[in-house]
Amino acid sequence: MREVCDLVVVGAGPGGLAAACRAAEAGLDVLVLDAQPEPGGQVWRGEARQGSNRLARRWLTRFSASGARFRPGARVIAAPEPGVLLVEEGPSSFAVRYGRAVLATGARERFLPFPGWTLPGVLGVSGLQVLVKDGLPIRGKRVVLAGTGPLLLAAAATIHSHGGEVLYIAEQASAASHWGFALQLWRQPAKLLQGALMSAKLVSVPTSTDAWVTAAEGERRLEAVRLSVRGREEHLHCDYLGAAYGLVPNLEVARLLGCETTSGAVVVDDRLQTRVPKVHAVGELLGIGGVDQALVTGELAGLVAAEQPVPLALERSWHRVRTFAAQLARHDAPRAELLRLATPDTLLCRCEDVPMSALEGCQNLREARLYARLGMGACQGRTCGTAAQTLFGWTGEDVRPPCLPARIGSLRLPSDVSSTPTRES
Amino acid sequence: MREPALKNASVVTLRINGREVTVPVGTSVAAALAMTDSFVSRADLSGRPRGPLCGMGVCFECRATIDGVPEVLMCLTPCREDQTVVTDA
Amino acid sequence: MSAFDCVIVGGGIVGAALADVLSAEGVSVALVEARSIGTGTTACGMGHLVAMDDNAAELALTAWSVALWRELADGLPATVEYDACGTLWLAADDEEMAAVSAKVANYRAAGVRAEVLDSAALYEAEPALAPGLVGALRVPEDAVLYPPVAARTFALRAQARGARLMTGCQVRELRPGGVVLANGEVLTARHVVLAAGVASPLLCPGLPISPRKGHLLITRRGAPVVHHQLVELGYLKSAHGTDGASVAFNAQPRVTGQLLLGSSRQPGDGTREVDAALLERMLKRAAMFLPGLDGLQALRVWTGLRPATPDGLPLLGPHPEKPWLWLACGHEGLGITTATGSARLVADQLLGRASVIDARPYSPARFLSASGREVAHA
Repeated sequence: MREVCDLVVVGAGPGGLAAACRAAEAGLDVLVLDAQPEPGGQVWRGEARQGSNRLARRWLTRFSASGARFRPGARVIAAPEPGVLLVEEGPSSFAVRYGRAVLATGARERFLPFPGWTLPGVLGVSGLQVLVKDGLPIRGKRVVLAGTGPLLLAAAATIHSHGGEVLYIAEQASAASHWGFALQLWRQPAKLLQGALMSAKLVSVPTSTDAWVTAAEGERRLEAVRLSVRGREEHLHCDYLGAAYGLVPNLEVARLLGCETTSGAVVVDDRLQTRVPKVHAVGELLGIGGVDQALVTGELAGLVAAEQPVPLALERSWHRVRTFAAQLARHDAPRAELLRLATPDTLLCRCEDVPMSALEGCQNLREARLYARLGMGACQGRTCGTAAQTLFGWTGEDVRPPCLPARIGSLRLPSDVSSTPTRES
Repeated sequence: MREPALKNASVVTLRINGREVTVPVGTSVAAALAMTDSFVSRADLSGRPRGPLCGMGVCFECRATIDGVPEVLMCLTPCREDQTVVTDA
Repeated sequence: MSAFDCVIVGGGIVGAALADVLSAEGVSVALVEARSIGTGTTACGMGHLVAMDDNAAELALTAWSVALWRELADGLPATVEYDACGTLWLAADDEEMAAVSAKVANYRAAGVRAEVLDSAALYEAEPALAPGLVGALRVPEDAVLYPPVAARTFALRAQARGARLMTGCQVRELRPGGVVLANGEVLTARHVVLAAGVASPLLCPGLPISPRKGHLLITRRGAPVVHHQLVELGYLKSAHGTDGASVAFNAQPRVTGQLLLGSSRQPGDGTREVDAALLERMLKRAAMFLPGLDGLQALRVWTGLRPATPDGLPLLGPHPEKPWLWLACGHEGLGITTATGSARLVADQLLGRASVIDARPYSPARFLSASGREVAHA
């Protein structure tokens, strides 16, 4: 099976949708791939079905009308040569021949280990939010949220609006940094308003800065959590815990293609082109920056891919969102206490059941992988590798195919691909 | 066997570990798992229970055999009528 | 300045095994590794401990080494994952089956247990194999293990006896009396052993070692499809051919329930990127032997660089023109297997005593003396 297109967009979140719309409207044949069953990515999850977010509805409607093709449930697994992607989709696979690519693979949450974090009922903050959007029954259920940043309030709002009882919102940042961040938002009035609106609905929920989860408790399932709140311990019985600390970009496809990355972001020029010819990167891949950055950079990349002129207003927006993203990055680092919650028995690698104690004597990620099996399981180190980078400063290894587990059959090259000459180094 | 005339287009009924669950269209299998007795998707190497974590196809905790296909991530799979889900638990 | 009896340059499995053997003899040793113990080429291979009979010298070294591993096995931690699963050399046609008869005689003459399986016995042993195979040679005492932890085990045992372990420590220069580290520090030693695999020619120009790139694939955990290490007899043509790229079917069940799949050879290629076209050839070949292959879940694909000499035998012994320098490198695809025997042969020569097997076929002089150089460039 084979797809041919002028532009392939990997990821159907705001960034990918914006790029696809602009490029398709300019006449390019655009193919959009996403692992999810519907467009919208994480931040607009569920909007395609039953939208309440007007911005999301506008872009999803525009996407439907744009002429771009969408293949849901599609995961990029290999890039055997420039201009070709191998994609796994359900029980089969196909190759994509593309002229240009826009990588819009978004972000995932940063999980840090703490006692009990592997109990069923413990999820990410965004993880719990999207499950609720996807129909998790939450009405009357007691929920504790622990994490950092605007995502906490967004998740709380979703849970609250679906009838969940948010018992506590624990923000790990200190009051000083939290309010400093808020004060700086005066330069980004839209964000300030967004934050205030979200806060208003939740005015009765106990929240605190300098607060985090120290342990999740339960026999076969989550039953209660222990929180540290400004030095005091709190003990809360609950049904779900959302606990994750910030976001990290999904760089795997970009690195598979050979894009240069620095400080956890893809290196791009002012036209969002990576070091790999004809490959652009947008959105969270440039550094966590939220919906605004995704839309602005997505539009820009879509226009560049279609060789269209970039309006001055869009250039100015690009500057504005870059400033906000830089501010966000300064407030993102989890505090030191979060790095010491795990005990020797606490698992670090969930896929291979590797406890913290197994890492004794390991000095870097390669040793931890080879001696202790860290990251050698199904998630290919996405969960534990991110945690290890935060906990120990260990940086990652090269990304090789398959960049997600895939059937061996999906790695087989279609005949027209394997007959082309091997690429030059 | 359901009569077509009585079928409600806004819900679907699937089977998770042998138990029938009826959910609104658009519900993910991972979300539907919560409607069964346990929110457990698999057992780890020591037999301890695990459930969905990330909700977005990254952590691989929520894998199950769906309609005979193994290693499918429940959080990325919408519920469908007559779907059969067997978790690794 | 630090002084040792012996500085070993290179912390792969060969260097680590040598450190283990020498330290057990009371020799003061420094094991110097640029990155981490057992994480280079050692970590890239299959960990197959295999008696190979392509020539008498190879059979002598591998048979002895496999037996040494067997003796060590009980003392190795479980994390080394030693598993005496045995090897099946698969015969796809009558010609290969005839080769099986010759091999079984060779192995038995060398004291290696071996038996011939006809096709019925083969399919009883390995029902997952594709139909049409004629039979196999079974070598039951071959084994597999997990090389990075094996290398680390050797290094830590040496360290427990007083050996100095220096990781993250690049060597800049070898000289009579010791080595100079990249940071300028000098380690003095009566003997310097070069066990740096593909990097060896950088420290000793003129060594006839060139890279031979290989690819491997590992599947996810799940029911193992096979019970032995499976190798097609065509592997021997691949391993010992000297021209273009080749692939040969090679599969190993791991204790985790994963399947490790190989193999490929690209002589002279020292790059690390996965070569999609060669991976395709390797998978296509493997699918001919394991029909269910396409449905298995691939978890990782990687490459490794085997250090190859012109005759496929390692360099084990003194450099003919530099009596202070000893070589323990150039093991191609048999570094894991022969780490035990190689360590003993080099230790024996360092300590001036006779070896259990004749060390002459592995003598560096065969390439590095004046007459040897003519041979090497032939």
